[in-house]
Amino acid sequence: MDLFEYQARDLFAKHDVPVLAGEVIDTPEAAREITERLGGKSVVKAQVKVGGRGKAGGVKLAATPDEAVARSTDILGMDIKGHTVHKVMIAETAPEIVEEYYVSFLLDRANRTFLSIASVEGGMDIEEVAANRPEAVAKTPIDAIDGVTAEKAREIVEAAKFPAEVADKVADVLVKLWDVFIKEDALLVEVNPLAKVASGDVIALDGKVSLDDNAEFRHPEFEELHDKAAANPLEAAAKEKNLNYVKLDGEVGIIGNGAGLVMSTLDVVAYAGEQHGNVKPANFLDIGGGASAQVMANGLEIILGDPDVKSVFVNVFGGITACDEVANGIVQALKLLEDRGEEVTKPLVVRLDGNNAELGRQILTDANHPLVQRVDTMDGAADKAAELAHAAK
Amino acid sequence: MAIWLNKDSKVIVQGMTGATGMKHTKLMLGDGTNVVGGVNPRKAGQTVDFDGTEVPVFGTVKEAIEATGANVSVIFVPEKFTKDAVVEAIDAEIPLAVVITEGIAVHDTASFWAYAGKKGNKTRIIGPNCPGIITPGQSNVGIIPGDITKPGRIGLVSKSGTLTYQMMYELRDIGFSTCVGIGGDPIIGTTHIDALAAFQEDPETDLIVMIGEIGGDAEERAAAFIKENVTKPVVGYVAGFTAPEGKTMGHAGAIVSGSSGTAQAKKEALEAAGVKVGKTPTETAKLAREVLAG
Repeated sequence: MDLFEYQARDLFAKHDVPVLAGEVIDTPEAAREITERLGGKSVVKAQVKVGGRGKAGGVKLAATPDEAVARSTDILGMDIKGHTVHKVMIAETAPEIVEEYYVSFLLDRANRTFLSIASVEGGMDIEEVAANRPEAVAKTPIDAIDGVTAEKAREIVEAAKFPAEVADKVADVLVKLWDVFIKEDALLVEVNPLAKVASGDVIALDGKVSLDDNAEFRHPEFEELHDKAAANPLEAAAKEKNLNYVKLDGEVGIIGNGAGLVMSTLDVVAYAGEQHGNVKPANFLDIGGGASAQVMANGLEIILGDPDVKSVFVNVFGGITACDEVANGIVQALKLLEDRGEEVTKPLVVRLDGNNAELGRQILTDANHPLVQRVDTMDGAADKAAELAHAAK
Repeated sequence: MAIWLNKDSKVIVQGMTGATGMKHTKLMLGDGTNVVGGVNPRKAGQTVDFDGTEVPVFGTVKEAIEATGANVSVIFVPEKFTKDAVVEAIDAEIPLAVVITEGIAVHDTASFWAYAGKKGNKTRIIGPNCPGIITPGQSNVGIIPGDITKPGRIGLVSKSGTLTYQMMYELRDIGFSTCVGIGGDPIIGTTHIDALAAFQEDPETDLIVMIGEIGGDAEERAAAFIKENVTKPVVGYVAGFTAPEGKTMGHAGAIVSGSSGTAQAKKEALEAAGVKVGKTPTETAKLAREVLAG
């Protein structure tokens, strides 16, 4: 889960990382009172989970409380690279910036540990800096158990060649940021820029934090951080039902068991679509290993509720849960939906393979549901589903 | 011979007495796996009956090893307790720990992986969030359906469970030496490279099938390894060509970030290393057949 800047700022503040005052609002008028409290001027910052908002006009200085309201009015509702601005942060204006640095902690998948990235050339895209001037970027592996001690922080500061006069302050920020990383179960904690201001202090002016959804069991507060406004309504409905669903922009609804098989199904449908008017998969939906009637019904309900869907491809490999159970699940799911008053009007192509495949296929044949077609190979079924979606377009 | 698991493997189950542990212990026993014990400190001293097979429960992994000579542990404990369970297995120096549990926090995995390193890497860790490992006809550790394929000469390593099953089933007439599901989390113990190296050395494996998916650069690194170290033929498959940027596709590690981790890049890297890469699972199985037929 990627956080908004204001959420990152709040987490930084919680762990004593130096930040500027700031409050998030969703109505322009609220900017007045906050700006008054901040001494009569403020910075209005669009809260969007995408880079380049400054260039897009999403960050504006306000010299008076009235101006803060006006700028908030401009920015709220603005579209930045496809993201609608629903919230702005009214932040304290930064003191005079002398230098801008970059620091982050992140997951290093390749080395199965964590990594610190630091540079004295902050304020711009770090990937660009790394590409153009790799010597300006210091990467330091962090042991997952030892973490970032004062000594480790000093090592990072030296590797990145921070000026002597800020070395202690940056090291101190690094130790506190590590606290954010560990205690909040983050996958990424990034400060860019970490600014040295005229007084000599260093302040985290902008930050990015991404949290590990798998750690929610020990962070009930994560629930509050989810961006419900931005979630696709189908994705939100699927999440309610504990379904692993991602909305895509095609026409063939997909249900399968197992993340790898479903990813593969999307690809196979896209290939088949090349022969059928370029129809594409409409979603990713993994109903997991069990594939019970209840879960199948919930999945079908989400997919049939998607107006973009023209046909549905149910692709199940029967492993521990054998195909006869899965076939019964599909038949019962259709009945469950009808009992719920859902009208099933879109054609379903079902491919069953694996344990007890013959038995499962026979169950589908015997059920003889008018909308269900059986195709016994994955590639063949994908082709049929694409053809049906194209015909219905 | 196979890799890492054979008929002589003595298996204990951490979390055997939970619902998932019970279900899969029964299935593993049915596949001929030599399950010698379970671990649960609250039920130590009891035995559990699985259709006539009495399996003793021990208080700790260490006690289970001392009493039974176990050399494999399979871990089914809930995600909250998985880190402690793996650390216990590492402390007991069991040679192989297979972590089935899904949904483990990345910090926990990073932590037990670092711990294994500090303890001298005496324990091979497979997973987490994986289906396990099977040497057909000999032993099955985890949740892979045991009866969809037969013993043979293909070695299989995969990030995905169901794609593992799909491939085992497609090539069931040829059969497999060992199939390893390494899991789709951002940090995993055993990697594609570890399995490729082991299959390369295994005299009972003639061909290696490698299944990857979007996210990270494990497949690219495996490709570089194949180029330098693998002389046996390798056939590959990569899932997730149509996955959008920035969206997690089911597996916690399956995400394209910016331009990195794409299926296209992985496919190209594998092909540059001489790996034949199928466009679909079925086409991949066909390529495997062709390569074996010479």
